[in-house]
This record gives sequence, C-alpha cells and structure tokens, in this order.
Amino acid sequence: MPFMKFVKSLALPSEMLPPIIEEESHFDPETEHSAAKLGMWLFLATELLLFGGLFAAYAIFRAKYPEMFLEGSASLDVVLGTVNTVILIFSSYTVAIAVSAIQENRIRLVKWMLWITIICAAIFAVNKYFEYSYKISNGITPGTDIFYSIYYAATGVHMLHVFIGMAVLGVLLKKVNEGRYHKGNFTAIEIGGLYWHLVDLIWIYLFPLLYLA
Amino acid sequence: MSQSHSFDKSYLEDGTGFKSWFFTHDHKRLGVMYLWAIGIFFILAAIASFLIRFEHLTPGQTIVDAQTYNVLFTLHGAVMVFLFIVPGVAASFGNFLIPLMIGARDVIFPKLNLYSFWVYCAGAIIFLIALAAPADTGWTFYTPYSIDTGANVILVTFGVFVLGFSSILTGINFIVSIHKLRAPGLTWDRLPLFCWAAYATSLLQVLATPVVGITLLLLIGERYFGLGFFDPAKGGDPVLFQHFFWFYSHPAVYIMILPAMGIISEVIPVFSRKPIFGYKAIAYSSLAIALISFLVWGHHMFVSGQSKLINIIFSVITFAVAVPTAIKVFNWLWTMYKGSIELSAAMLYSLAFIFLFTIGGLTGLFLGALAADVHLHDTYFVVAHMHYVMIGGTVFGLFSAIHFWYPKMWGKMFDEFKAKIAFVLIFIGFNIVFFPQFILGTLGMPRRYFNYSPEFATLHQISTYGTWILGIGFIIMLYALLRPISNKAEANPYKSASLEWAMPSPPPTLNFEKIPTLTASTYDYGTKLEQEA
Repeated sequence: MPFMKFVKSLALPSEMLPPIIEEESHFDPETEHSAAKLGMWLFLATELLLFGGLFAAYAIFRAKYPEMFLEGSASLDVVLGTVNTVILIFSSYTVAIAVSAIQENRIRLVKWMLWITIICAAIFAVNKYFEYSYKISNGITPGTDIFYSIYYAATGVHMLHVFIGMAVLGVLLKKVNEGRYHKGNFTAIEIGGLYWHLVDLIWIYLFPLLYLA
Repeated sequence: MSQSHSFDKSYLEDGTGFKSWFFTHDHKRLGVMYLWAIGIFFILAAIASFLIRFEHLTPGQTIVDAQTYNVLFTLHGAVMVFLFIVPGVAASFGNFLIPLMIGARDVIFPKLNLYSFWVYCAGAIIFLIALAAPADTGWTFYTPYSIDTGANVILVTFGVFVLGFSSILTGINFIVSIHKLRAPGLTWDRLPLFCWAAYATSLLQVLATPVVGITLLLLIGERYFGLGFFDPAKGGDPVLFQHFFWFYSHPAVYIMILPAMGIISEVIPVFSRKPIFGYKAIAYSSLAIALISFLVWGHHMFVSGQSKLINIIFSVITFAVAVPTAIKVFNWLWTMYKGSIELSAAMLYSLAFIFLFTIGGLTGLFLGALAADVHLHDTYFVVAHMHYVMIGGTVFGLFSAIHFWYPKMWGKMFDEFKAKIAFVLIFIGFNIVFFPQFILGTLGMPRRYFNYSPEFATLHQISTYGTWILGIGFIIMLYALLRPISNKAEANPYKSASLEWAMPSPPPTLNFEKIPTLTASTYDYGTKLEQEA
C-alpha cells in the first residue's frame, strides 16, 4: 500500500539526515509540514482522477440507458445507503476533531476520535457486506447489466479505499499510543485525516448517483 | 543506513554491497539504479525488436510463427513503453539531477523515493512472471481482443497498474521537491530547464496515470466478472476503452519526450558556449505541451467511428501541440546561432535529436490531418513516426544525457572517439531502419502484420539491414561507456555553469556541505556563477 509508505516516509525524515541539516533552512519542520500537505493534495488529485474514470463511465452509460439506471437505482436499498452516508459524514467530523485536538496536545481526545472513526468505517463495511450479499443472493452480480456493473465497480473501488483508510488510521492510532505525535509533530495525522475526508467525499457523490438516481 | 555521511567521500563510495544500494535513500543511487533497470529492459525489448525485424526479412515465415510474432511485438511494445520509456529519463536522470540542480540534499520525500523504486521493481517482476503465458494483444490492450484472448492479459495489466503507482509517487516527489527545496536565490525564472521539463512531466504523471489505472482495473474486472463496459454484447462500447486508454496514453507520450527536451535544453547551451535563447519560452512551452496533451487523445481514434465534429476538434488541437514544440526547436537553433559549437558525443546526440525529432513531429502532423490519417492509420507510417519521436527523440536525448553527465555520475571519463563512432552508426542505422517504413506506410503496409506482399520485400529488407548497423552501434556505445579511459573526472570538465557541476565528480552523498545561494541564472555564460560559501 503506497499510501501507508507515504505516511511512514513522512514520519522518519530525520533518521537519514545528519545533524548538519538541522542548521540549514531546508528540510526544517516547517518545510516538511507544508511539503507533506502539498504531496498529499497531489495524491488526492490522483484519487479523484481514478474515480473520474468511473464517473465518466457512469455519465456515458446513463445517457445511453436512462431507464436501466432508473430501474437499477430503485432496486438499491436507500435506507442502508443513507445510514452509511450519515456514518461516513460523522466519521469525517470525528477525524477532523482528532486533527485539531492533536494540535492542542489533547492526546486522549485524539485516541477516542481515531477509535470512533475506525469503528464508523467498520460499521460502513459491515453494512456494505450485507448489501452486497443480499444482492448476490438475489442473483444480481457484476455483469447483470451495465448499471450493476458500475454499482459494483464504483462501490467496490470505494470500499477498497475505506479499508486502506482504516489501515492508515490504525497505524496513526498505534503511533499516538506510542506517544509519537504531539503539538509539534502532527503532520501525519493531518494528512491521514485528509485522506479520510477524500474517502468520505467520494461516497457523498456515489450515494446520490447510485441510490437516488 | 549509516547515520553520518562524510563530504569527502563520493556517493558511490559511501557504503558498498547490495543493502547499501537497495535500501538507500540517496536520490543519486536511486537514479543510477533506475538507469540500470531501464537499460536492461531497453536491451530486452530491443532484442525482441531485432527478432521482429529479422522475421520480416522475407515474406511469410522466416524464423518464428505468427503467434510468436504477436507475442514478440507485444513484448517489445509493452516493455519499451511501461518499463523503459515512461519511467525512463524522468526516473533515472530526474532523480539524479533534480536535487543537484535545485541545490538540495535530496528529494523532499527520500523514503517515498525508495518505495517508488521498489514498486517499480515489483511491477517489473509481475511483468516478467507474466511472460510465462505472454500476452499477444499489443501494448495497447485494445478490447474486445484483450477480453477474448487466452493469453495472460490480467497479469500484464496488473503489472502496468503497479508500475503506475511508481510513476505517480515519483511525480509527486519531484513536484513537491521543486516547490519546496529550491536553494535561496533559485527563483522560478532561474530554474534549470531540465527541472521545468521534469516538473511538467511530473504533472502529467500525477494527473494522467490514475486514469489508465482505473481503465486497467476495469479491464481486469471485465475479464474476471464480465462487467460489460467494453463489451457490445452487454451494451458496452469497445471504443470507450480506447478513450480511457488514450486519455492516459497520449499524455504519456509527453511523459516520455518532455524530460528528453529538458536534457537538450541543458546540453545545447553548454556546447554552444552561449546562454540559452528564449529561456521563458522554453520553460512555459513545457507547461503548454503538458496542458494541450490532455486534449488530443481522440486523434488516435479518427477511424473508430467517433463523431465527425469531435474528429475535427481533436485534429485542430493536435495541430496546436506543434506550436510549443516548434518554439523549443527554434530556441535551440537560436541558442546555437553564432555560438562556439563543440561537437562532443553528448552534443551530437542532442543535434540528432533536433533533426530526428523534427521529422517525427512533422510526420505527426500528417497523422493529425483527418484526410491523410484515413489512409495512413495503422500503417507503417505510424510506426515510423512514433519511432522517430521515441528513439530519435527520447532515446537520443537519454543517450545525450548518459554521455553528458557521465563524468558527474561515475567520476570517470569515456573515450569520446569511440562514442562518436557509435553515434554515427546509431544515427545511420536508425534512419535506415525507420525511413523506409514511412514509404512502406504510404504504400499501404499495415502495422503489426505477420505477413506482407512480395512487392514490399525490398523496403522491409533495407529496414532489417538497418537494425544490424543500429545493433553494432549500440554495442560500441556500451563498450565505450563500460570501458572508461580515465578513472578521474574533473568537477566540471565541460565548463557548465549549472549547479550540479559546482561539486566534485561524483558528488558526495549529501551533495552540498553548505546549501548554495544563487545570484545569477545558470545559463549566464560569461558571468561567473557566484556561490556564497
């Protein structure tokens, strides 16, 4: 998982540089912080383009087969989808609290918020599991028609991002427990939070496109 | 990793053995390892191309059967594109040079840089495993054939997907490094043009690669689950695959060529002893090329049945790409005008670049013209055009870089005379291989065909003989480079004003003991580059 490596790569830059670096203006904490954020935003841009392909496919096929999309959309479970949307938006809120709390050195609050975020992600995944298995038991699989193919492809790729996000948050939580992050070193939590917001944001677009069409 | 690095030792002497290289964070070592990796894949894919040409010595079967032939051109194309030329100049010389040129100790995310290299290795290994049941789709993986074929498409496309991560992460590293790590005084309008080119390349890598990523994921999903997006029987559209594919792969050709253009912009002023002409025009034209390149992908599909209006729009925008490209060529020529030109091996490759790339670029306009393209589409004309741009352009640029920065990279000097002999053979051989292919294409010889009509035999044979001259040229070049004549290189043998030459050859691991402060452009020949100690 390159993203994990990305996060890790930011945590240990001083290890490979000799003390002389600290006297110089480059690679100072300020530069590192802003560089990490710029790098993360660029990475988020790549994620948007990755999903951009799916959104483009959605637009093309919806224009081609409007009835298929209306029928398919009506067959999806709006209640479950709405619950998942609320859960993800709430988890974005908790991760945002974690990012601001670490800057005030409120470590206990950070731990709580990261835990809640991870649990929200897990609930999302469980809901999605029930949703998938219900569909599959009714014989609706990828390839049933174009709408369901898009549904499975888009939510599947998104689900993958939820799992990666859980792993990222888990690593952050572990390091918070080890006392690695504090007021003076919170970059990793901030960019991890950015990633989680992206996972949330993608879903905010997927939900109306698929469930409320 | 050793904790302290001495500034008396070069990066090559700072630690020996496998681990000191494979776990290094040093951008220079990573650049060197990329160079070796792409070099090996270049040789592998080149051998495939020699076999392809040998097969065409006679009509019908010469040495391999039709299926093996399909595998060979797929292998050649896929390895050349995804393992050699896309990472190519950017990953090797970009890594080696960018921190040196911007006055930094390393790229901004050194560990991420190492991981990018590992991801590249992983992608390469997946690629090599896939050779067990090699794909026969051509490097473009066009549907519906890539869905139906029994060959191992999934593994190859997964390899490309993994390589894409390497490309994206390297791109992010370069962009952020250039933003955040420029030495004091190194303003954007003093930034070396290679860095400008690498910056534009990185933008393309970051913005285009994810799209091919999702495309290849969907192709894998198509084969595994029968998603149907690209399958007309399920209401999908095979042309959609082509749109997705070229949305990446057209910008990707600029990922291949832009860093090479950056190299030419560095080499020409040094061996003309003149400041670069039109610095800003060259810098901004790199960005213009990057921008326009996103809007021309449809010119690969003029005969696919897409709308006529779209065809016209894509054609017009395709012509527009020629403008920033021509701006570069004219500025290079003006840089040489009344200069004191020294024909070193590096300079010869750069001059050949201008000559061959111009041919490649102008024949691209033939293909961008709708009426001409209907005739020339999928013929050898396209093959010749593409190779004039990719070999005449990128590979000659890479060779120029290998010769030019050889003293800096290895701390040794090669034999200019042998290198020049190699250059002459490569230049002549290349033209003998590919110029006849323009003629073959206009006569109607389709690309990728195993067999051909007897009237094409002469031109095919000339082309094949050319590969032998080309091959001998490559071998002499390798010999000249692997057998240095001196083990001691000066810090600045070519009297360049650029920052990377202001340090010992080869540089120490952390490059700069003191971060330099720049007070002038690095192209100001005649004014002395000042550095505050």
